[in-house]
Amino acid sequence: MNLPTLMFYLLSALTVFAALRVITSRNPVHAALFLVLAFFSTAGIWMLLEAEFLALTLVLVYVGAVMVLFLFVVMMLDINLERLRVDFWKWLPFAAVLAIVLLVEMVMVLGSSQTASTSLNVAQHAADYSNTKELGRLIYTEYVYAFELAAVLLLVAIIAAIALTLRHRQGTKSQNQSEQIQVKRNERVRLVSVTPLIKVDNE
Amino acid sequence: MISLNLSHFLIFGALLFAVGIVGIFLNRKNLIVLLMAIELMLLAVNTNFIAFSHYLNDVSGQIFVFFILTVAAAEAAIGLAILIVLFRNLRSINVDDLGSLKG
Repeated sequence: MNLPTLMFYLLSALTVFAALRVITSRNPVHAALFLVLAFFSTAGIWMLLEAEFLALTLVLVYVGAVMVLFLFVVMMLDINLERLRVDFWKWLPFAAVLAIVLLVEMVMVLGSSQTASTSLNVAQHAADYSNTKELGRLIYTEYVYAFELAAVLLLVAIIAAIALTLRHRQGTKSQNQSEQIQVKRNERVRLVSVTPLIKVDNE
Repeated sequence: MISLNLSHFLIFGALLFAVGIVGIFLNRKNLIVLLMAIELMLLAVNTNFIAFSHYLNDVSGQIFVFFILTVAAAEAAIGLAILIVLFRNLRSINVDDLGSLKG
């Protein structure tokens, strides 16, 4: 067994183990940490497939940003874990049957010799071949409109996330500059004509 | 011993996807772990894309993975924002508590 095959079996076993722990662990923090492990080992598998840029992106973007976001949210919320675990295993037989049927079908189709023989003409790249350079060339030429759309999508996501979670708290003291500027004179100053109540005699 | 071929990676992807499906059934009350199971399924899909891209000598598959990563990041951000708003209003993330529109 050569080294890539050994690495593949090791990494995929690790990924599947981590995925199983993600869906069964009692504590959501543990689930998030096991999901980090699953992402890391899948990044290794992507490295085996010579997708170096995407493997690094997976670690940077997913482990570095999305999973940190998950951990923040999990730790910020005060969740009643016992209520969420009621009837946890109730649907397991149905889910297991569904998953096994799906898996058997997939293995029968994908494990056939026809699929396996697709790999016979894999190009051997030269030593100075750069996966990142090739991806960049394609993104900025053929897929440039899709790339711009992805940028717009991210902007929409930023605005939506902020708009959803922004809240104006009641009872805090803060300045409202536009109200301060628009104030009129007669809103603040009231002129009172004072008439003396006691008549003072001064000869 | 046979060396690695396309089937290995596709079956790995199918396995990961099946685990994601089972996760959705098991954690049907916990919204956070539901989102995590969806992330697992997206990971399986991305692995399939990259495997095909490698074995068919076409880098376009990796571009698709790039876009899927973008969409998944946006989905996770908005999903978690909705989750936080939900928790602020209900003090719970149990899916069973969300039926207040049922009448």
